[in-house]
Amino acid sequence: MSYQVNEKGYYGEFGGAYIPEMMVPNIEELQHNYLEIINSYDFRQEFVGLLKNYVGRPSPLYFAKRLSEKYQSKIYLKREDLNHTGSHKINNTIGQILVAQKLGKHRIIAETGAGQHGLATATVCALMGLECIVYMGAVDVERQAPNVKKMRMLGAEVIPAISGNQTLKDATNEAMRDWINNPVDTHYIIGSVVGPHPYPDMVARFQSVISEEIRWQLEEQTGRENPTRVIACVGGGSNAAGAFYHFLDQENVELIGVEAAGKGIETHETAATLTLGTPGVLHSSRSILMQTKDGQITEPYSISAGLDYPGIGPMHANLFTSQRARYLWATDAEVLDAALELTRLEGIIPALESAHALAALKKLQLKPEEVSVINLSGRGDKDMETYLNHFGY
Amino acid sequence: MKNRINKLFQEKKERVLSVYFTAGYPDLEDTVSIIQELVKNGVDLIEIGMPFSDPVADGPVIQRSSLIALQNGMSIRKLFDQLKDIRQVTDIPLILMGYINPVLQYGVEAFCEKCREVGIDGLIIPDLPLSVYEEDFRSVFENNNLHNIFLITPQTSDDRMRTIDGISEGFIYMVSSNATTGAKSSVTDFQRDYFERVNSMELKNPRMIGFGISNSETFRNACQYASGAIIGSAFVKALGGTEPLEQKVSQFINSIVTES
Repeated sequence: MSYQVNEKGYYGEFGGAYIPEMMVPNIEELQHNYLEIINSYDFRQEFVGLLKNYVGRPSPLYFAKRLSEKYQSKIYLKREDLNHTGSHKINNTIGQILVAQKLGKHRIIAETGAGQHGLATATVCALMGLECIVYMGAVDVERQAPNVKKMRMLGAEVIPAISGNQTLKDATNEAMRDWINNPVDTHYIIGSVVGPHPYPDMVARFQSVISEEIRWQLEEQTGRENPTRVIACVGGGSNAAGAFYHFLDQENVELIGVEAAGKGIETHETAATLTLGTPGVLHSSRSILMQTKDGQITEPYSISAGLDYPGIGPMHANLFTSQRARYLWATDAEVLDAALELTRLEGIIPALESAHALAALKKLQLKPEEVSVINLSGRGDKDMETYLNHFGY
Repeated sequence: MKNRINKLFQEKKERVLSVYFTAGYPDLEDTVSIIQELVKNGVDLIEIGMPFSDPVADGPVIQRSSLIALQNGMSIRKLFDQLKDIRQVTDIPLILMGYINPVLQYGVEAFCEKCREVGIDGLIIPDLPLSVYEEDFRSVFENNNLHNIFLITPQTSDDRMRTIDGISEGFIYMVSSNATTGAKSSVTDFQRDYFERVNSMELKNPRMIGFGISNSETFRNACQYASGAIIGSAFVKALGGTEPLEQKVSQFINSIVTES
């Protein structure tokens, strides 16, 4: 079976475009043009050129020697944290800003949770000289202050979303409302593999550079293209989509996503969507969500602003129900331990989001001959305050 | 039985007034009283909002009323319970308006059957697009004599308008501008061009103009270009006042229909 999107925009039973009529012209324009644009020679030249010379790709695939010794297995880190702006998010924003230019859009909007996607969007807007408006939950504006300052220095307007829990879901609602109110010259750069078709597929394609590089880098270093498993954190699921992409049809490669359990999956303060959710429609696609029996979306919680989301991309809902990928969860406490462990063993301070993937190491029975690739999706600069408050340095 | 929406538009061709309110706001048990007051004050059609936690097509006023309604304990189940005897009270056309997810969780078939049972005439589900409606929803809606009301906007192409006109029953909801609900607007040249473009297409369905209709002036202007107009946010805002419900409703409706 195929794990890719079909021509109607579905991954199995998940996906589609449940959009209000006000969004139809923009979404249809994208649906009709995105493949032609991103497969064109001009686009490929520009995209690949910017990823290389501006973002700094390929990002290293690093054999984590001391971490491997500790877990008695072979562990590699895909260093997306070393990208310009500090995370994998820039891969997608470079792609989408080029699409927006081809479609003749002058005004860019985005939602952001941890601020990494907002920062990556503000960056490419500065690069291309386009107006940029970033919606960010008011709570996240507080807890991710360094990124807010960077976005503003880059010339973006950061608008706090004050509805709901004032986190990523609410920022996404506000960005959608902005697009409804500004349908003509605006492109909405969605930051994850969520939203109406074609966003999940488009974003996954831009992020797929991660697994494309893992394959040749691993072969170069070990002589084998396929690891035993790939591990990535999932909120909306874009870094996991990119890390899994070229392994989806390699059924012998185990794919592991790690959700944010917050204070624990037995509490109400959690964001473990696949573990706890049921099928439904949020942000214009059918996927799995955390909701009440009446279909009201429940407010998620995670220490990590980037994973604090009650939905997940339709691609992951399909990988989950088809059991192609396995989804674990990690609590805030496990994540903080994992972040400190990596910092002390390898000298790398990871983002809180990426530390969820690292926390999976304790939950797996790793064998000495096995090769695990962990997608280190972002760096921890933005989380220093949380780390300092917790560890008390 | 004939659908009450069709009956209305056969009998009344102009100045049709449709009013939206969010069920469960300001108080959980206000639903039937608000309907009765609206009927008493001569409203032609009523849209009952089923609150949703994430109403992306709505502006701040309806976002807030939805949040309070949910906090008050409103749900589709509760709403059907409140409406169970409504047809003993009034024969006004009733439309339920809300987002697709709560309907999916209730169960589409069960939802439509319940609508028929209590006497609902139509549905407006902004995030149920045409293609999904045709494939998965049309037959169950039609089997229960429910009209699905589609929206058109200034950006809707002529071709798509004709497709929507072909599949529509009852009326077409003409979104006045590029906006979420409640956005402030008066009729601009841009809107006039759009209204006239739509009128010149000679669609088979009557049109109602909504979004940005908030007072007698905007109502009168909209009525020049369509069979009537829909008022939502402005009425919900009025319901937030401290006066008795009866007074809030009659004052508001009078302010709309009285020529200034």
